Amino acid sequence: MDLGLSEQQELLKNAAREFLENECPETHVREMEEDDKGYSPVLWQKMAEQGWQGLLIPEEHGGAGFDFLDLCVLLEEFGRALVPGPFMSTVLGGAVPLMEIGSDAQKAEFLPKIASGDLIFSLALTEPSARFDEAGIECQASVSGSDVTFNGTKLFVPDANVADYLIVAGKSGSGTTLGIVATDQPGVKVTQLQTIARDKQCEVVLDGAKGQLLGADGKGWDALKPVIEKYTTAECAYLVGLAQMDFEIAVDYAKERVQFGRPIGSFQAIQHKCADMVTDVDGSRFIMYKAAWSIASGQPAADTTLAVNMAKAWCSEATRRVVAHGQQIHGGIGFTKDYKIQLFFRRQKRAEIAFGDSDFHREAVAQQLGL
Amino acid sequence: MDWSDSPEQAEFRKEVRDFIQKELPQAYRSGEDGGEGFEGGWQADRKSEDPKRRETAMQWADALSKKGWIAPAWPKEYGGAGLTTIEQFIYNQEMAEVAAPMPGGMGVSMIGPTMIVHGTDEQKAEHLPKILSGEVAWAQGYSEPGAGSDLASLQTRAVRDGDEYVVNGQKIWTSGGHQADWLFALVRTDPEAPKHRGISFLVMDIKSPGLSLRPLINMGWKHHFNETFFEDVRVPVKNRIGEENRGWYVGMTLLDFERSGIAGAISYKRSLDQVKKFLDSNEGKQFRRQDFDAVRLEMADRAIETQILFNFAFRIVSIQNRGLVPNYEASVNKMYGAELHQRLSRTETKAWGLYGNVWDPKSKYAPMKAEHVQDYVGSVPHTIFSGSNEIQRNVIATRGLGLPRG
Repeated sequence: MDLGLSEQQELLKNAAREFLENECPETHVREMEEDDKGYSPVLWQKMAEQGWQGLLIPEEHGGAGFDFLDLCVLLEEFGRALVPGPFMSTVLGGAVPLMEIGSDAQKAEFLPKIASGDLIFSLALTEPSARFDEAGIECQASVSGSDVTFNGTKLFVPDANVADYLIVAGKSGSGTTLGIVATDQPGVKVTQLQTIARDKQCEVVLDGAKGQLLGADGKGWDALKPVIEKYTTAECAYLVGLAQMDFEIAVDYAKERVQFGRPIGSFQAIQHKCADMVTDVDGSRFIMYKAAWSIASGQPAADTTLAVNMAKAWCSEATRRVVAHGQQIHGGIGFTKDYKIQLFFRRQKRAEIAFGDSDFHREAVAQQLGL
Repeated sequence: MDWSDSPEQAEFRKEVRDFIQKELPQAYRSGEDGGEGFEGGWQADRKSEDPKRRETAMQWADALSKKGWIAPAWPKEYGGAGLTTIEQFIYNQEMAEVAAPMPGGMGVSMIGPTMIVHGTDEQKAEHLPKILSGEVAWAQGYSEPGAGSDLASLQTRAVRDGDEYVVNGQKIWTSGGHQADWLFALVRTDPEAPKHRGISFLVMDIKSPGLSLRPLINMGWKHHFNETFFEDVRVPVKNRIGEENRGWYVGMTLLDFERSGIAGAISYKRSLDQVKKFLDSNEGKQFRRQDFDAVRLEMADRAIETQILFNFAFRIVSIQNRGLVPNYEASVNKMYGAELHQRLSRTETKAWGLYGNVWDPKSKYAPMKAEHVQDYVGSVPHTIFSGSNEIQRNVIATRGLGLPRG
């Protein structure tokens, strides 16, 4: 029983913080909001040199072989620095499904190149139905041997504009079926959406797009379950870091901003908001790590699922409360484009609704508790 | 990070479980006669008019005493078990899981540890054994009508007269004073000094001439609190703990006790589990409101929030187990736990719709012995006592986050 980080995790955290403070300052975050690609290939390569894209990937495939909890430690730092780009898409949406269900050949083909920063992946899961369950998948998949062809529209696909490959979920006669689809073919048409977080979510129209079958025909949804649980927990980790930083900026501002002849942080109205913020941030951190620990240590599936649902239900709401307080404490200046706090507010919303918001996960918790 | 036991922790947990299995009296076992003990807890049982309650209380205290577990956190040389903070945590966790009543009360949790640090050999020899044997129960005299959150402004006056102090004034919120034998109190010995530096810490026989108690019935119609009046109460100087005028600091002493508040989280989880079970029973279905959907999701929220509280408790013990002292974290636990308690009782009362009115536990119209509506009222002071939640937020903001004091 211990809720502290291990020595190795402390090292990872500190190294990541230092690296990102240098390589991913606020100016970079803002630049990437306006950038067509939404990420810097130079930074992407530097991150690969840190071993981050391959953090989870086993050493035999060119990775570092860390566990999922370690990845969440890193992602907390990504949230803190608001790192733009396709890192989560590639790691959670590419490496993880490949590790879970890829054939030996597929692992050997893709994982080393993900670890080296040579390939960008993304998971094309959701559709205009905007649902997170299996019934939301209507894209047609036609399987022929180890090949699969997709027809349909995937929506809210992160970083599809720069992805080399998409892992696409479609429906064949046998059920949900996954495929690895290269984006450089005429049957894949990607259109960027303009989103609240100015990230790069896309509409992907698949018109006879060809790919290789990933896992067994019709067994895609079962295979996706652990992938989605990890991705959901990863979004929580990102939210924790984001909320932690938003809170720190707000507390610093409250110490400096003077009104009525004293720092506004000396007023209880502000102090109590700050106390609630730290409670929400800390609460988010531990419930997220409980889910991450549950995954990493292989707890029983039902326990892990409940832990993940609880984490996302809580983190989605609690971090929203944090960024709302962050705005209020800043007053008018926080509403300007130039001041940094709004960067956190807008990104919180993206992660809040990714893989289901509080309403979605609360319902799942109620079901699992037999309510 | 690890939410599971180490092998040593698992072994100790088994020891506690085996002990409970063997020694917890039948009447204290859930679902048996008496359910979760009797109303009022162990302190009331020990002085009950019902011989069965008295016997049960003493049987349980004897079993714990033989094991050295009345005061698990005290050092061994003073008759405690000298458990590490993580062992205390496991002990508290397992006792809370079965809702075992805990003898000792404030004697074990407050005055004993204070004496261990600040008491003379004579004071320790006189009082500690009687706390451990359950012979003497203690009550606390801190708050006053004019000194609540601003405790250090207390006015109860103690004037030195030879080998005695003469005490005059009033205390309030004296929990269990009517069941206690001794009182420990903060009194003002130097009215000229800055408010924190003119206070002394005294202990006195609650039967002392001039000391009187008046019941203060709470809004749940229960007698838990008292008002305590001092009229020329003579307290020997040898009953002062620590130096004169250093009483504030004596009273603030913290021993190496686990302070996670894990018992709260466990009781909330059990409460939710029991409501769920009852709702599914034939009896429970009669009470279930027709429009249950909103309450259903509220219950899911309370279950999630209970997990948050569990984690906050785990965090505290993790900090202590690493040899560090929790800072703002303990205030977070108190604040969050108290507010969750109120939300939980509100949600549970809501589940019964109109039946949420019924207060009489024996009424055929009372779902689950009306425990939720009673808790709805009973949890009101949880955001007030032991440092109100406003004070806790002040502490978090100033001591924890370094915001300037107002």
